[in-house]
Amino acid sequence: MNDKMEASAGLVTPQRFHSSETLLLRSGAKLPCFELIYESYGELNAARSNGILICHALSGDHHVAGYHDSKEQRPGWWDNIIGPGKAIDTCRFFVVCPNNLGGCGGSTGPLTPNPVSGRPYGPDFPIVTVSDWVDSQYLLMRHLGIDRWAAVIGGSLGGMQSLEWAIRKPGHLQAAFIIAAAPKLSSQNIAFNEVARQAIRSDPEFHGGRYLDHDGSPARGLMLARMLGHITYLSDDVLAQKFGRALQDEELKFGYGVEFQVESYLRYKGLSFVRHFDANTYLLFTKVLDYFDPAAATNGALAAAMAPARANFYVLSFSSDWRFAPARSREITRALLDADKQVTTLEVQSEQGHDSFLMPIPVYHRFMRTALERLHAALPN
Amino acid sequence: MALRNEQSLITSWIEIGSRVLDLGCGDGALLAYLRRERKVRGYGIEIDPENIIHCVNAGVSVLHSDLDAGLGDFRDHSFDYVIMTQTLQAMRYPHRLLAEMLRVGHTGIVTFPNMGYWKCRLQMAFGGRMPVSRTLPHQWYDTPNLHLCTLLDFETLCAETGIRILERRAVDHVHRSGLGRRLVPNLLGEIAIYRVCRAHPAA
Repeated sequence: MNDKMEASAGLVTPQRFHSSETLLLRSGAKLPCFELIYESYGELNAARSNGILICHALSGDHHVAGYHDSKEQRPGWWDNIIGPGKAIDTCRFFVVCPNNLGGCGGSTGPLTPNPVSGRPYGPDFPIVTVSDWVDSQYLLMRHLGIDRWAAVIGGSLGGMQSLEWAIRKPGHLQAAFIIAAAPKLSSQNIAFNEVARQAIRSDPEFHGGRYLDHDGSPARGLMLARMLGHITYLSDDVLAQKFGRALQDEELKFGYGVEFQVESYLRYKGLSFVRHFDANTYLLFTKVLDYFDPAAATNGALAAAMAPARANFYVLSFSSDWRFAPARSREITRALLDADKQVTTLEVQSEQGHDSFLMPIPVYHRFMRTALERLHAALPN
Repeated sequence: MALRNEQSLITSWIEIGSRVLDLGCGDGALLAYLRRERKVRGYGIEIDPENIIHCVNAGVSVLHSDLDAGLGDFRDHSFDYVIMTQTLQAMRYPHRLLAEMLRVGHTGIVTFPNMGYWKCRLQMAFGGRMPVSRTLPHQWYDTPNLHLCTLLDFETLCAETGIRILERRAVDHVHRSGLGRRLVPNLLGEIAIYRVCRAHPAA
């Protein structure tokens, strides 16, 4: 084992949970059976009380920490916070992260076979919602012999899952960490998602989502969608700092090739994303975001929607995040206050925009560590 | 010692099981104490992230917010008590925050250093300098205290803004309130502790 691996959760092998229980989806559609691929780190204690569920966001998957093999260049996507001695300490907690339904990391989704046809679901995979995700994660929890998570933690779309867990399964989590999230998407958020979807759907290689049958993929469209998304994850300041108006070469070329460094960066980000992500999953997950609105069930009153919740809430936001700005987190906090829930908030000073929640900002990680240490001290062993 | 005395005085004013908001709650010590001694529920508001982490460690629910931005996140009359210890004088608009306190809470509890204390007066009158003391340890240029006042000033503001004073204590730096401080509080009191409410609750 080399040094980088020793400081992490180490080598990890994804596992599979097969559910033969029919999942009735929010849309009315049914999934007769499904599989979730997940990773876990640390040990479940005898009282089975130290489980933490990590919920991933739009482009994430189950590989949240550690390495799959010694040749892997980079660890899981949130390795800086999850591991032995880290803020989400795998010496104390049993940390679980599944790839969500409809994902392309190995869970049942557009890439896996439709039992009816034997061919990949592709565009026929039913539209799922955050509440469907919570229901499937709940079945995974049961499968692991856990009745109650010590905490459900997620950033962005992952934070929306934490929020939904607290409302939908109130007896089954002690604490909900809602990080860089919003109680629902704004019109502007939905607008960005729609442009991303149109970029994918108007790619000639899309073939109505049946691109696998044509041995291709709408790579140009997906790349565009990711480039657009990536701009919304960063702040104006961080782009200015990173690239400013710096050129690739010494002088202007007066053409349409890549000239400014920011163009090259975005293309690189887009291209590397396309290599490992499925376009149908991207379409589906943007719809999951658009549909999320737990207050819809209570005529728009979020506080009323929160009424059943019993978790201890931690709501975190980042000053430079304009996708889900601190004001959006305050909407969640205000509803929790109105509903008389336990809530603690932190607005972290940051420069990296929405992506800040993935950054090892010291005060942010110390907050997480302190909250989780305290939570752990009160757990039955 | 001082903190413990201020705590026990405030605690004696708080009914068991009530809902409390502590403005500028610092490390959460008072709220943790009130939760233990008075079974209160509630939140602190704090601007310093390091203090927020202390609060989390103490198991106190705390909201990261700037009091100068008001209490807009809270509904009218949603707390039994709103407490503000040694915070009022550091606010940009103390009178607005006082009004906000009594909008969201039925009863307000306010403590602040008394500029009318005889030692402050002496330093001004004979030293010709801004007072520096145990309760006011900062120099004029680095003080967080933007709006220092005397008991008389505070009570005048209350009278002008429809705030009724339910109780007043003037204490020294270890929070003793002797006979002298009861008779001439504005001269002998180093720290002021008030319990207030709206003069016209319906307003």
